[in-house]
Amino acid sequence: MRGVRAQVFAALGDRTRLALVAKLCGGQPCSISQLTGGSKLTRQAITKHLRVLERVGIVHSVRAGRESLFKFDPGPIDEIKGYLDFVSAQWDQALSRLKLFVED
Amino acid sequence: MNNQIEKRIELKAPVSRVWRALTDYREFGEWFQVKLDGPFVAGQVSRGHITYPGYEHIKWEAVVQKMEPQRLFSFTWHPYSVDPKIDYSKEIPTLVEFRLEETPTGILLVLTESGFDKIPSDRRLEAFRMNDGGWTEQMKNIANHVAQKL
Repeated sequence: MRGVRAQVFAALGDRTRLALVAKLCGGQPCSISQLTGGSKLTRQAITKHLRVLERVGIVHSVRAGRESLFKFDPGPIDEIKGYLDFVSAQWDQALSRLKLFVED
Repeated sequence: MNNQIEKRIELKAPVSRVWRALTDYREFGEWFQVKLDGPFVAGQVSRGHITYPGYEHIKWEAVVQKMEPQRLFSFTWHPYSVDPKIDYSKEIPTLVEFRLEETPTGILLVLTESGFDKIPSDRRLEAFRMNDGGWTEQMKNIANHVAQKL
């Protein structure tokens, strides 16, 4: 799972993709045309970025007639948050032991 | 949520005591619950294994980065790499830093662990600052910053 987490971080570490996530995270599925609207980027460029997000599971494409709609999935980001919470809790415990150790 | 973990803890002990607890490999092992093979040396790999009950099969491996006496101790590692089936060495490590600041009553220890991703700019980092369950809201907030760039 940690390899996957690194990929999720990498996928989000791009301004265009972050903007796409920001548009989609309201929950409403969007078509490529909707996502390209008002953008300087081409349909192809937007599609490429959506595929990156799709590979790590942050968005899923769903068919609606002849169009593909892209839908946001909070799962991977929630998972990362859970992981960081876990590492954080481990440090809390280790530092409590350190405190007892040096104040003894 | 942030892409960096930061902890602050007040220690009622002299700086020399805290420094020793952090950088003497036997003392570090006592509270961190790891048995290390040898002393920490800047620039060198530190190896050992976890002594926490139930996790004795887990190896410890870190690369010591900086040892600035009584100020800064840092290493890179793969945090909580507890699955023996995974080769963590291919992943980019995180950086752990212990900074010591003297206070009137003892030492303020500031621990940071960073590098959970490779996001370069503060702007992007902001995007990861998600409060408990409130990340959707945060994502909407940053939309204003980034949408016009799309």
